Order: sequence, then structure tokens, then C-alpha cells
Amino acid sequence: MVQIKRLQEDGADILAVVGEIDASSSIELDLAIAKSVGEGFKKILVDCSALEYISSAGLGVFMSYIEEFRDKGINMVMFGMKEKVINTFQILGLADLLHIRESKQDAKKLLHELSA
Amino acid sequence: MLFSDVTLLFSDLKGLTPDIPLWLPKVMLDLYVVSIFYYYKFKIEHDESLNFTDLLWRVFATGLVATVLSLALWMLDFLLGSTKLSSNIFFIDVEYLVNLGLLISFLMAAFTCWKRLILYQKSKWLIRGWALFEFALLLVLLSANIQWFQQEWLLTLVSILTGLLALVLSANMKWVAYLNFRQKWTSLLLLLLSFFYLGYFFYTTNRFSEEIALQSDAFLEFRSHVFNIYLFSFVMLYSIFSFLVILFNLPTSSVFEQKLEEVVNFQRISQSVQTEQNEESVYEILLESSVSSVFADAAWLEIKGEHEQYRLQTHQISESDAKRIQEHLNGRNVKGVLDQSSDRTRNLSTHLASLKGTRFRSLMAFPVHVKGEKIGTLALLKELPDGFNKEMTQIVSAFANQAGISIENFRLLKEAIQNERYKEELKIAKTVQKSLLPNKLEAGQDFEIAAFSESADEVGGDYYDTLRITDHQVGLIIADVSGKGTTAAFHMSQMKGIFHSLAQQSLDPKDFMIRANQALRYCLERGSFISATYFVLDNKERKIHYSRAGHCPVLFYHADTRTAEYLVDKGAALGMVKGKDYCNYVEARCIDYKPGDVMVLFTDGITEAKDQKGEEFGLDLLRETMTEVVSKTPKEMQEHLIRKLYTYTGTEEIDDDYTTMIVKFRQ
Repeated sequence: MVQIKRLQEDGADILAVVGEIDASSSIELDLAIAKSVGEGFKKILVDCSALEYISSAGLGVFMSYIEEFRDKGINMVMFGMKEKVINTFQILGLADLLHIRESKQDAKKLLHELSA
Repeated sequence: MLFSDVTLLFSDLKGLTPDIPLWLPKVMLDLYVVSIFYYYKFKIEHDESLNFTDLLWRVFATGLVATVLSLALWMLDFLLGSTKLSSNIFFIDVEYLVNLGLLISFLMAAFTCWKRLILYQKSKWLIRGWALFEFALLLVLLSANIQWFQQEWLLTLVSILTGLLALVLSANMKWVAYLNFRQKWTSLLLLLLSFFYLGYFFYTTNRFSEEIALQSDAFLEFRSHVFNIYLFSFVMLYSIFSFLVILFNLPTSSVFEQKLEEVVNFQRISQSVQTEQNEESVYEILLESSVSSVFADAAWLEIKGEHEQYRLQTHQISESDAKRIQEHLNGRNVKGVLDQSSDRTRNLSTHLASLKGTRFRSLMAFPVHVKGEKIGTLALLKELPDGFNKEMTQIVSAFANQAGISIENFRLLKEAIQNERYKEELKIAKTVQKSLLPNKLEAGQDFEIAAFSESADEVGGDYYDTLRITDHQVGLIIADVSGKGTTAAFHMSQMKGIFHSLAQQSLDPKDFMIRANQALRYCLERGSFISATYFVLDNKERKIHYSRAGHCPVLFYHADTRTAEYLVDKGAALGMVKGKDYCNYVEARCIDYKPGDVMVLFTDGITEAKDQKGEEFGLDLLRETMTEVVSKTPKEMQEHLIRKLYTYTGTEEIDDDYTTMIVKFRQ
């Protein structure tokens, strides 16, 4: 099960993902990102500090937005991943395709640079 | 009946032949009574097909026949006029006895019928009471013949007892409640006519006995025969009771009928699932039953269908009218069930008064729930102001609940059928998937190979294969399709096609991946990808060329240093990057192999296998497990790993796919 909380900070939309993302809960993640995009946010931060597990379906959700973000000029930075979670991103090669930072501060900084 | 005639004839003789003992006619009469009792007992009591009015009809019919016979006799008497015969005491006695016989027969018929009515809803005490009553009556019957019983105090005691019993038994009127309005009227009429017969016989027998008593002292009178009086009184008593109870029940019978109809409606709703009807018919029944139960003038049912669309089903009201009322209530900002969010039953009568052009003055609305979710609203309308009461609310609310349950059952049934179909499809997909895996692996001159794949109940997307490219080159692939089920199996078959066509062209593993990505990018739907590692084993160079596209890292055991390591590099899964720049995200790697080296390929099902505490098997344990058995053959290593995995998870059921391919280089 997953819970996604949204809050806005300095013009960026922060999605805090809590719990596990598997095949069924990946739909919620997809909806949350789609909503954020739909509301016109250009800066999206994904807080993964409470993300315990992510399955290939969940990774597929992040993957599927890569091109759309590039086309629309949206920047997404993820941060706070646990080692196990970041490993899955790395094995799949997604870590190179997405922006991942350790701390929120770094993530914000990167987001700022990317947007500039 | 024949027997009774004989009895009568015998009794006839009494006046003329005094040498026959005095007790004989009495005994004969008793025998007659008992035989009639048994006659009706078998005829009426055991006939299951009789209902309440049938029973009353029996009484009435017996009375009618008896009366007609008696009247015929009287007619005969009348026709004879004042001839000698008519005033003959003997003839009068015959007439009297025939009448008496008919009366007893009528009373017995009534008695048996009453017994069935009284014992309609039996209880232990009721049956005992009745048995006692019958016994008391028998006692009374016998007492007339035995002198000892004639004592005053005993007779009084018995009569008080019998009287009390009769009263108590007569209070059992439960059958009346089961009559409908029509049947009640019929019963009243039948009872009334029975009264008439009783009265007639009472009068006739009295008249005869008086007449005879005037002429002869030897005449044996049955007027004071206690049994007859008792029987007569009891039949009369119960008739009066029944008559009064039915009469007073008449005004309320419509309520009972309505209750009965409600029960029937309930059954209809709950059984509608079994009779293979659709949801529509459940709504139809709900609408009809609610309207008829509360005498509503119109109703509508607004239902959210399976596809989130609202549908309106109306009864005695046009859709536009219903919409107008809804809009009116919404316009006045009435918060009740009519707005789809609230789920309270509301009586919205007061708000209708202000709507012009509608004949309705009361409105009551109910939510219909399925699985705790509100799927619709039932609204009932009446032309009277304040037309609904609390009982009606309860009834309709019960109906709405029942309908909700029926619809829920209905959907569950549909779902179950759907699931069954999916299962069947999955079975096919699983067979297809199994057939995609190779039966035989390509053997090399300097390596041994073993592979294993086991999938969970769901169809997985694990794939491995081998292909000889040249004399000295063998291509190896292991892949994992994201997602499960039929689509995963299809993607897997695409991967197989790609592998077989590209591997033949002796491509460099990196080029292999780039081309595979190109081929797959439009085949894979949004969000799905395939992780794979492609190897080319070259026994001339003694090198392994490989490229990893997002797949689990290879575990490589170096025989010389006796260490095992995971080969870490970068490489994005196939389908992740759609553009040409995929070449930036994948690498070409090469590694030398020496005799005794072992290469373990696996999918994430193995490392993500969980134990009872939810801990994953993980890369470290995998390395440990494989290092333990590196000296063995690949087949043995594989068996060891599988055994370890099952012991680790502690269950025979796997919830993911386990796939490994182990390559061991020869000495």
C-alpha cells in the first residue's frame, strides 16, 4: 500500500511517497504525478524517504514520464531514497535517466539549477 | 352410516317390544356416535388438501345435506297429512331418531373440523389439552350408560372440567389470521349458515321429543343426553368464537395481507440473483415492491451503473418530472439523500409544497448501498401531504437494503465468472510461456550449462535462451519482462524473436542491445520495459562479451582467487529510453574466463524472495549459497540453490518467478 501526500514549497510540488509501490499501488503514483503535471507544475520533487519498496511496475511509472517531462520542460528530482530502493533504480539503469539526490536541500538546489 | 341405520331400527323397536333391555338403544346410540366420530376422523382429519375455507365448507355441506334430508322427512310428514300414520308414535319416533342421527352426524363433522382448526398451530400443551377434552367427552358419553357415573357431584365436576377445557381450546383462533379478505367473508357466510342448521335441528329434535313424550311414558329421551348437549354446546361455542373473531379481524385483514405481500416481495428481491436475472430486474422489483408496500403514487430510482453513469428508472412519473423535482430540491439547497453524497434516509415532504405544477406533496428518499458504497437513490412520491409514516420508512429501507445485497451478490457472481475466464486465459498464457523457454540448451566445448525457471500462479515474464552463433561463439540471454500475465507472455515472445534474429548476425552485445531497444520501443506500452543481459561466449578468445540492460548483475566466481563478485556496470533496461541516445545508456563489457570459473545468471525473483519475516534473500546470501557449491556441476549447484530458496521462504508457494542459468567453465 502506498500513500502519497502533496504539498507545495517555493513553487515546487512535493510528492511524499509513503509505503510500498507494487503493481496495484503504482496506479496511485501515476495518478499523483499526472495530477501534478496537469496542474501545470514545472518543478516536481519526490520525497522517497518513507518509500520502503518499489517494484518494476513502480519504476515503470517514473520511466514513462521521462519523455513527457523533457517535452514539457518539467524537471523532477527525487531524494531521500533508502539504499535498497536506490539499488533497484541503479540496477535498472533508471538512476542515470532520473535526477536523484540524497538530501532535500541538494534536490532543491539541483531543481533550481535545472530550471534556470 | 349403514350401521347407524341398524342402530336406529333397533331403537325403533323399543316401544313395541319391552323384552329388549332398556340400555340397548343407549349403547346403540353410543356406538353410532363413536362410528361417526371415526368416520369423520378418517375422512377429514387426514385429508391434507383441505384449507380453512374448505373445512368450513365441509361443515356447511354436511349441515346442508342433513337439513335437506330432515326437511324431506318433514315434507313427507306434511304430505301424509293427518293420516293415522303421521300421528303414530312409532312413525314419529323414527322421524325423531333420523333427525337425531343427522344432527349427531353434523355435529361430529363440525367437531372434527374444529379440531383441525384449533390444532392448526400445535403446541405440546395444546395437543394434551385436546386429548384430555376428547377423553372427557368420551367419559360423558359412557356415563349415560353406567349408573355409577350418574352421581351428581361427579357429573358436575366433569361438566365444569369439560366446559373449562372447551373455553380454553376455543381461544385458539390462529388460523383466522391466515385468511385473506375474501376468505374471511366466505367463512362468515358459511358459519352463519351453520348456525342456522344448528338452530333448525335444535328446534326439530325438541319438537319431536316433546310430541313423543306427550304420548308415551316409555319413550326414551335423548334431550337430556349429556354428551349431545356438550357436543352441541362446544360446536356452538367455537362457531360463535370464530364468527366474532373473523368479524373483528375483517378491518385489519388488509394489513395482514400487506405484510404477507412484503414477505413475498422480499423473497422476490433476494431470489432474483438465483434466477439469472439482471440488475435491471432487481431495480424493477425494488421499485414495484416499494410502491405497493407504502401505497406510493409514483417513484423513481436513480442508479449509478458500473460505468459511473447515472441512470433513472421511473414508475408512474415521467423522467422530466422526476428531474424537475430533483432540480427544485437542489435549487432550494435541500440536503438529503437526493444529492448523491449523503446517505441518510430523509423525508423531504415539506419542500415539495413550494413546487408548482406537480401533483405530489410528499417525497421520501432512500439510499441504496452496495458494499458500503452508495450506488443510488430510491425516491417515493405521494399526492397526499405528509403521506409517509415511520413504519413505511422502515419497510422501504429494508427493501432498499435487500436490493443492495442482491445487487452485490449479483456483481460478485459476475466477477467470479469473469475471474474464472481470466484463470482460463492465464492457463493458456502459461502454456505459451513455458513453450517459449528452450527444451535444450546449447552445449559448449568448454562449458557446462544448467537453467531453471519456475513461475508463480500468475504468468511471469522471465526468459532465457541460448543460440550457437559460430563454431566458437554461443549467445546467451536472460531477460525479465516487467509486469505479469498475458501481456508479459506476449512481450516475452517478442523478446525471443528479437534474440533469435539478432544473435544470428554475430553482433557485438552493445549493438545487440541498441537494436533490440529500437525494435521494442514501439511494441512496449507506456511504463513497461524489459531488463536483459546478453552474453557471447567465445571459446577461441576465452572471453565473455556481454552487455547488461537493466538486468540483475551477474555473479561471477573466479576459480583462481576463489572469490565471487557481482559485475557492476551501467545499463538501462530496454524500452526505457525511446530515442536514439540509448547508446549512451548501455555499455559493452568483456571478461576473461579461466577453467573452473562459474557464472550465475538470475532474475530478481530470486533475490527478492522473502522469508516469513519479510526479509529478502538478497545478493549476499545468493553469493554465499553459490560459493558453497562451486566445485559441483551446474545442475547440482542449481538444485542446491532451489532447495535453499524454498527453505528460506518456508513455503512451497512462490509469489514470483525463480529463474537461473548457471554456466561453469571446464577444467
